[in-house]
Amino acid sequence: MKHTLSVLVENKPGVLARVAGLFARRGFNINSLAVGITEDPDISRMTITVDAEEHPIEQVTKQLHKLINVIKITDLDPEKTVARELALIKVKSDAGTRAEVMQLAEIFRARILDVSKKTLTIEITGTYEKIDALEQLLAPHGVTEIVRTGRIAIERGEK
Amino acid sequence: MKGSEAIIESLKAAGVDVVFGLPGGMVIPLYDALFDSDLKHYLVRHEQGAAHMADGYARATGKVGVCIATSGPGATNLVTGIANAYMDSTPMVAITGQARSDLIGTDAFQEADITGITEPIVKHSYLIKKTEDIPRVFREAFYIASTGRPGPVLIDIPSDIQLADIDYKPAGKPDLPGYKPTLKGHKKQIRAAAKAIAAAERPVLYAGGGIITAGAEKELMAIAKLMKIPVTTTLMGLGGFPENNDLSLGMLGMHGTGYANYAVTHCDLLIGVGARFDDRVTGKLATFARQAKKIHIDMDPAEISKNVAIDIPIVGDARDVLAGIHAELKTMKREPKKTALWLEQVITWKKKHPLHYKDEKGAIMPQYVIEEINRITRSDAILCTDVGQHQMWSALFYSHIKPRHWVSSGGLGTMGFGFPAAIGAKVGRPDKVVIDVAGDGSFQMNIQELATAVCYDIPVIVCILNNGFLGMVRQWQELFWNKRYSETVISCQPDFAAVAEAYGALGMTITGKKDVGDAIRTAIKSKRPAVLDFHVKAEENVFPMVPAGKSIDEMIGGHKS
Repeated sequence: MKHTLSVLVENKPGVLARVAGLFARRGFNINSLAVGITEDPDISRMTITVDAEEHPIEQVTKQLHKLINVIKITDLDPEKTVARELALIKVKSDAGTRAEVMQLAEIFRARILDVSKKTLTIEITGTYEKIDALEQLLAPHGVTEIVRTGRIAIERGEK
Repeated sequence: MKGSEAIIESLKAAGVDVVFGLPGGMVIPLYDALFDSDLKHYLVRHEQGAAHMADGYARATGKVGVCIATSGPGATNLVTGIANAYMDSTPMVAITGQARSDLIGTDAFQEADITGITEPIVKHSYLIKKTEDIPRVFREAFYIASTGRPGPVLIDIPSDIQLADIDYKPAGKPDLPGYKPTLKGHKKQIRAAAKAIAAAERPVLYAGGGIITAGAEKELMAIAKLMKIPVTTTLMGLGGFPENNDLSLGMLGMHGTGYANYAVTHCDLLIGVGARFDDRVTGKLATFARQAKKIHIDMDPAEISKNVAIDIPIVGDARDVLAGIHAELKTMKREPKKTALWLEQVITWKKKHPLHYKDEKGAIMPQYVIEEINRITRSDAILCTDVGQHQMWSALFYSHIKPRHWVSSGGLGTMGFGFPAAIGAKVGRPDKVVIDVAGDGSFQMNIQELATAVCYDIPVIVCILNNGFLGMVRQWQELFWNKRYSETVISCQPDFAAVAEAYGALGMTITGKKDVGDAIRTAIKSKRPAVLDFHVKAEENVFPMVPAGKSIDEMIGGHKS
């Protein structure tokens, strides 16, 4: 089962290494990890997705809590969360296929960032699944490069 | 003042009066400030010794141990000592010098990323980048090291930061939004625990090092007495419950007593306090205390249900939680005879499976040496050990009756720990007889600290149980590897007594049983650092023993024949 952990940490050097190191040490595989500053410049938020059964996720959150720079951990409930990922996809496309690729991008509300004689670079924002879907549709054209940010997520509502 | 002087002021503000260390290029400013200070510095011969001394000092006194090393190799030599302190939750602050700030990251001379290297084995660490951060960082470091579940904290300080000027002001209260240890146990859980205890017919208390950290011995005793519950302790918990008490089961686990292991296997309620259900205690998890409801009291929430599923978890300080449970129990209706049958059963096990060994004519039995130490010191010495057979004999054949009198490497199992730790313990408790029981293998891992002991006139007594083997590994090879003693025979040994004399300590070689007691008495009377080399029976084993992966009631050698 995939969990999305939202982790508030002090914005200090070395914190990312401590968090990532802890996962490695305890044998947890990080699927994605995105870090950015929050509304408070002294605090950063890490969004970490991990594959884990119920029991180990409890152990990993407890271990994370032991890090002095970790302030708060929330195991986000997918029902009450909006999550997004950003991807940049470079796909092969010449004059003959350009229209078709652009149409695909449009259907996914993706944007064309760059055009060259032989490629198109597409920016897409959305859920993990949406990005996967576009990726699969573009695959027959020949995807040369993909850059994905990893998931960021926030709880719905006023909180 | 200079940054280095601010370090001294910060140490004093933390109540430090003793530090262990060895200078080097990147801590010259700090040592220069030490030169004028009234802090007592003990110069070691190897930085690993400094870390273990700080550790032993902390365990014997309950204070934070402090060690200092220069950058690079000095810092990396601390690593084993830091890992050891981490595994056994010892409060320690390790101060390391670092290459000049502008050189960091250039592979400068004696540069090592020590905060990176130690990251998995510290409770927290700092690389100080601004001189004005010194007071705050030291304040936080001592606070983190000594509160909650204690542990080592490392402070890495570039040499230029030690030299820069600072307008020193003592730091205020630490502001650590992510660090708030839970001290008070949850009231509802405390009540639930008390109810379970009152309802139990075959309860066992299982106490670990947390009992000693929290100073919860009286509270533990109060509950045991009130409810007539037998108590077993882990290796780290030795001294947390007096072994001369009828309710004591001694140690449990791989080399635990038969009666402790049977009691845990057959109990209907297991109350773990400040213990972490380590694999050396539980043996095969599937069969560990399988009929029992389990209560776990621990300071560290991450320990609860980590290895064993817990029915009633209570996070908090052991002393506070046990006092709460005791108060609840006193208000409850109790049937004092409820555990009578159980206690009878325990007594039967004690009679049937006592600790024992076969005395052999013409040989000094290692267990006998420990018993003699116990008799002569009236169970009142601070006993330190390395790791191996001698450690287990010390755990089993000495009567542990007081907290902070047992200094042994538990979690990491560090050979070479005992002797420097004993020096640290004696520095902290000069009023006590401090004895290090060592193996002939392990003693040579930090033998150079004889110079430290002699130089500062620290009268620690080393009792080597010399069997010419790396004994515990040899025992495994004998029992499980067809007696193929691959590289465990250490036939090429120095004359330990002569080595001791060469360093200026008292050295004695003891080959006859009748001389054992006299040697120990002479060493104590001499008030000098001493090395007693006891030539014990070579192929003696530690029993009982639970083979790895077996249930703890499947002991070998647990029956007196």
